Amino acid sequence: MTITAPEKTVAPSLVSHADVTELLTRYADALDDGRVDDWPDFFVEDGIYQITTRENEAALYPVGIVYCEGRGMLLDRVKALKIANIFESHVYCHINGQPTILKQANGSVTVRTNFVVYRTMYDGRAELFATGKYLDVLRRDDAGLRFEERRAVVDSRRIDTLLVFPI
Amino acid sequence: MDTPQPAVEPRPSLAWPPGGVTRVPFQVFSDPDIYAMEQQKIFRGPVWHYLCLEAEIPNKGDIRTTWVGDTPIIVTRDHDGRVHAMINRCAHKGALVCLKDHDNQQSLTCVYHAWNYGLDGQLKSVAFRNGVRGKGGMPEDFDPGCHRLERLRIERFGGIVFGTHSDQTEPLQQFLGEKISAFLARNMSKPLKVLGKHSQVIHNNWKLYAENVRDSYHATLLHTFYTTFRVNRLDMDGGIILSDKKWHHISYSKRATLAPAAEYQESKVHSAQYDSELAGPALLEAWNAYEDNITHSIQTVFPTLVIQLTLNSLAVRFFVPRGVDKTELFWIFLGHEDDTPEQEKMRIMQANLTGAAGLVALEDGCINSFVQRGTHGSPDRAAFIEMGGRVAESNESSRATEAAVRGFWHGYREIMGFEEAAQ
Repeated sequence: MTITAPEKTVAPSLVSHADVTELLTRYADALDDGRVDDWPDFFVEDGIYQITTRENEAALYPVGIVYCEGRGMLLDRVKALKIANIFESHVYCHINGQPTILKQANGSVTVRTNFVVYRTMYDGRAELFATGKYLDVLRRDDAGLRFEERRAVVDSRRIDTLLVFPI
Repeated sequence: MDTPQPAVEPRPSLAWPPGGVTRVPFQVFSDPDIYAMEQQKIFRGPVWHYLCLEAEIPNKGDIRTTWVGDTPIIVTRDHDGRVHAMINRCAHKGALVCLKDHDNQQSLTCVYHAWNYGLDGQLKSVAFRNGVRGKGGMPEDFDPGCHRLERLRIERFGGIVFGTHSDQTEPLQQFLGEKISAFLARNMSKPLKVLGKHSQVIHNNWKLYAENVRDSYHATLLHTFYTTFRVNRLDMDGGIILSDKKWHHISYSKRATLAPAAEYQESKVHSAQYDSELAGPALLEAWNAYEDNITHSIQTVFPTLVIQLTLNSLAVRFFVPRGVDKTELFWIFLGHEDDTPEQEKMRIMQANLTGAAGLVALEDGCINSFVQRGTHGSPDRAAFIEMGGRVAESNESSRATEAAVRGFWHGYREIMGFEEAAQ
């Protein structure tokens, strides 16, 4: 019996684990460093961004905490938080777990990544703000690897005070 | 043997300043004795409280847990389809019986000693009642029929289950009054569908949120998004309706009637300084669902229920005190069972407007804590509430008024027995 090399399951054109990690890290760094203007650019033109809870996800409820469909709604979120919304200043620190690539098909990559977000208020109060998982669908186009869909499913049903910056 | 102590009635020392409902002593927001008295007079008193939606317990055996003030509550639908409400506290040692937000069970069992109750709260069986191997067990005269989970009276209206601890509470429709009942029926009478939920911890006394939702004066000043995108402005036709008792209110506006008023520019409110183009206009796509042309309404039911219709975004909000300076605000976004897919989609998009991350409403998550922190060290000072006059009356022509806030304090003083200090 001859031993042949196993058939390659990952074609060179597909997205690597390192590519995924690089995108997730850049996204977290942009938000943590206050570059919220860059946030919509992480999404394809008709990208979807959602924050929901584990409870809503389990019950298949369509409404969570935030739902944006298309880059316009992402831009409106940024515009609102910069010009309209009132809140006490604070920063985030995202800690991502190792991403798991669940599926690659038709040019899209499905990824699950656990996260925690700490929030530090201007008065020094630092605390765990959110913990959960990102369920992402990534697509590579001319602008590079971007989110076709990013759903942040938080474990708790309860948000402390308010949520204004995306996670 | 210990003799039972008479129940201690909390007697906070409070002198309500002259000025009636136009003055609110800051002490009421931070005094633990007042908080304890509210639990007794309001939350365990002759008042109807929101428990849950019927849509949350559609099936036989469905169970939901909630709170009325500090008291944990179970609501069930039994095997005959009847709805029951009871305190979530075992008749034996007082442990919580239900440990989930929602469930479906044949019966209720306390995990501590396996006391088992029917879905109506009646005790059915006690583990080891006759002892083990003939030893131990309950006394001969123990009668399970004499023990149950403490019952709340319930009434149902508009798909909502209301409960009260007191035998003295007037019938629900009388408690609500005619106008509040009619508007509740307008929004909630068709079969409801839950679209999503979450909650938000706000770091303030519960009454600051109760004031906040009755405050039509602040809504378009603080919440810039409302004004800018013309969802709700005081220069639209609208008004304030107080219930006969003044405890509850409706604030409404009609978006199609906007006639931009100069005051928004002249007063340089930060809320009018920004252009109104949305890059994602699907957010505000809406349909006119009612013949009265009201496109925005906030309805309160004393003490802790709010029903909103922001464009088509129908939601129930209720809030639970979690101590004198902390409150949990629950959001349940709703549609109707007969919504078309297009209508449901519009409600999903518009849900972005309110909630913990609401584009128009997220400020309410922090604004009340600003008052909490501002007033905490000054219990002997008072708020000044005279916008729109000094009375608590309906005003069908203007919402530049704090009439509904005064209405809340009218009800609060009445039920708490807080009289004005002798002048």
